[in-house]
Amino acid sequence: MSNKNYETIIGLEIHIQLKTKTGLFSSVSNDSWQAKPNSLTNPVELGLPGALPAPNKTAIEWTQRLGRSLNCRLNTKSKFDRKNYFYPDLPRGYQLSQYDEPFCEDGFLDIKDPSNHTQTKRIHITRIHLEEDSGKSMHKDGKTYLDFNKAGTPLVELVTEPDFRSPDEASVFSKMIQEAVRILDISDADMEKGQMRLEANVSVRKLGETELPNYRVELKNINSFKFMRDAINYEVERQIKALESGEELFQETRGWMEKEQKTVLQRSKEEAHDYRYFPEPDIPPFDFDDDYFARVLKDLPVMPWKKEEDLLNRGVREDYAHLIAYDSAKYATFENLLEKSELAFEELVKVVVNTKDQDSAEAEIERINSKQSSTVGDDALKQAVEKSINDNPNAVDDFKNGKETAIKFLIGQVMRETKGQADAQQAEEMLVNKLS
Amino acid sequence: MDSYLTIKDILAGYKEGRFSSTELFRYYKDRIARLNPTLNAIITNVDHQHGDFLASQNPLPVIHKDVYSTEDVETTAASNILRGYIPPFDATAVTKLAEANFITLGKANCDAFAHGTTGENSDFGPTKNPYGLEYTPGGSSSGSAVAVAAGLSPLATATDTGGSIRFPASLTNTVGIKPTYGRVSRYGIIAMTSSTDSIGHITRTVWDNAYVLNKTAGYDPHDATSAKVQVDDYLEDIEQGVKGLRLGVPKEYLENIAPEIEKAYREKVDTLRNLGAEIVEDISLPHTEYGINVYYIVTPSEVSSNLARFDGIRFGQERSHFGAEAKRRIMIGTYCLSSGYYDAYYLKAQKVRTLVIQDFAKAFEKVDALIAPVSAVMQPKLGELVNDPIKNYMLDVLTIPVNLAGVPSLAVPAGFSNGLPIGLQIIGDYFDEKLLYRIGYALEQETRYFEQTPKL
Repeated sequence: MSNKNYETIIGLEIHIQLKTKTGLFSSVSNDSWQAKPNSLTNPVELGLPGALPAPNKTAIEWTQRLGRSLNCRLNTKSKFDRKNYFYPDLPRGYQLSQYDEPFCEDGFLDIKDPSNHTQTKRIHITRIHLEEDSGKSMHKDGKTYLDFNKAGTPLVELVTEPDFRSPDEASVFSKMIQEAVRILDISDADMEKGQMRLEANVSVRKLGETELPNYRVELKNINSFKFMRDAINYEVERQIKALESGEELFQETRGWMEKEQKTVLQRSKEEAHDYRYFPEPDIPPFDFDDDYFARVLKDLPVMPWKKEEDLLNRGVREDYAHLIAYDSAKYATFENLLEKSELAFEELVKVVVNTKDQDSAEAEIERINSKQSSTVGDDALKQAVEKSINDNPNAVDDFKNGKETAIKFLIGQVMRETKGQADAQQAEEMLVNKLS
Repeated sequence: MDSYLTIKDILAGYKEGRFSSTELFRYYKDRIARLNPTLNAIITNVDHQHGDFLASQNPLPVIHKDVYSTEDVETTAASNILRGYIPPFDATAVTKLAEANFITLGKANCDAFAHGTTGENSDFGPTKNPYGLEYTPGGSSSGSAVAVAAGLSPLATATDTGGSIRFPASLTNTVGIKPTYGRVSRYGIIAMTSSTDSIGHITRTVWDNAYVLNKTAGYDPHDATSAKVQVDDYLEDIEQGVKGLRLGVPKEYLENIAPEIEKAYREKVDTLRNLGAEIVEDISLPHTEYGINVYYIVTPSEVSSNLARFDGIRFGQERSHFGAEAKRRIMIGTYCLSSGYYDAYYLKAQKVRTLVIQDFAKAFEKVDALIAPVSAVMQPKLGELVNDPIKNYMLDVLTIPVNLAGVPSLAVPAGFSNGLPIGLQIIGDYFDEKLLYRIGYALEQETRYFEQTPKL
């Protein structure tokens, strides 16, 4: 931030398309990416007269599984509401969404403070609700073309409290959400395909103030984590400059223009909609009981940050813990091999980190096991260590000058010399002994 | 061929070989061609290939209210904005009737989008009452009631959102069922008020009416508000009579009604008493008078949203083709739902609606069914109320509470005054249609008004 007298306030709205087989309210295929325009529609999704929405149970269950994974309260009473507004690609003239009784409320996620890794910070999640995606408008040669394939795709909307104080925090949180939906296997959350969309509400206040500013600017058209940081940074500068020159700021919506590297006004406060929400009469309200939740929340996968915490508690070093926890394949390999393999814990962690899948990890373990019974002879190792030292005076100097990573390079040379047969730990010990 | 065959007659006629399906359908086609120019009950004729009738075993004729989506057949809801719209799918009720051998003869006129009580809001011109061409047949299912009353079809489908089946049935000496909300799927039927739209039909006799509900009732996965309650066989006990049944006279329904209607009503109550029913006087439904206030907030609110899809982009015509009543409801509804007004109007109306529901619940603790007039006034003349929307709205005052509560009601003929039909309604508890048919059948067999037909 350019001006140390101001503090940035950010809240996020994250939209995530669910990858259910069919739409939120109809039986048409939901896989609209690159499908021929309007090839995946039916009377419901086109909003033809008389067509009625029949809610997709899976989409609701997935939303609730996400909510539970993010520490939300799952409402027993919930409903869909109509959000009334006109847009050419909104086929019914209203969007089916949720207003005052979303499926999930009052959650939180603890993020690692990007500026200080040992601190965690709690981000409060206001609500998670389910709504339908709209169609797509394409403007070409002065004409507008409408593609309704995407209409009716289940869209989860997650809203946070304005708890972020930097774009980095917002970015860390968003990535965690992306991980969460991938692990729950409810969305691929590919931002390029629009499966995950970010909106940031940004305002600034003088340092020391505790009240929220009386305005906020909603930033749209953010297609990557990088764009989000760029857009927020730009916006913060713009707002501070405006306030410094005595300008008053209002609630408005601005879009990020990647090419120009700036935000532009899309909708001012005067143009704000009155959405005339009311309960959707075509879908009876829900009343979920304990049996329902027990069934829906069965076998919830462990979230990566929980795994990471667990690995750290078990003594895994920080970077390895992160790597394994946030890669579900690696984590599965780790869990599987932990039961099977007799390798030492640290050894196993290292193997999992350095191999690409379970097969190669198992091969590696086998190799280590056979090597342990027929490790390179002490003489061969000694020779390789000496060769490594003699051939690489620069690395040796580096190490002596306190650059600890240089030892890794020297170990690598030993391993190469012994065609990978040497025990890396043993090699490291010998090298350190020789050099100190 | 008898001009006023019932479904039961036709089934018997086929069985006895009195006519072929081709003869039967030619007969109806000819009759429609001859009478419809006067009555204006049907706005779209469906042309059939000869084979359509032969392919089906014992085909039966049906005319669908024009708010029913019919695949490949223009469906306009009698509104100019939908002229030229040809749905790519059938409403569930249409499909179910087709599966039960009903073949569509045409689409029935109605108030545009079913907004109205006299049929005069149709963009295709008003439908005439066959019992007096200068009178309204009632609406919004004006064409459906007249098609059946004039013998253009033994069956016409219809919708009842605030009385749109019972009111025209009672003005045309026909039988109309407004089933329990959710009993018949709404899928494919152009919505007016989603929370009160009930899908029913009009026939000449109670037996026919029950026969048809047996075909249309049931859960539909495409309609989330359709009920998973098991469907009764509505013909099973139809002849069982009313002996021992407790039937209530709702006192609020008799305030301010026309004397000829009160007379016909009282006579029919006596008939039911003589047939062995126990009549319980002075059943009170104290919130009846608020029904109309609630209805004219909830209805336009939902209408304003339901009509938003008619944006002229994907089907139909531009929005300038909306009629005056649709525009009126869009404006009132938009206002009621606006921020700052929602609590005072929509939310308050829903609370009062709960009181109306409780009225019925309490009544059905005391009696098996309620017997009530359908209309407080005799048939208005066409043109009489066109410029008085409030008076027009008041025509539904005795039918609306049933819709707000979602309970079923069967309208049956109750006599004539100066040649004009009078009807009454039998109101039951949720999913009690079987009982309503039993009562209606007993009354019908005793009074036999269905034998009287209009002079055309």
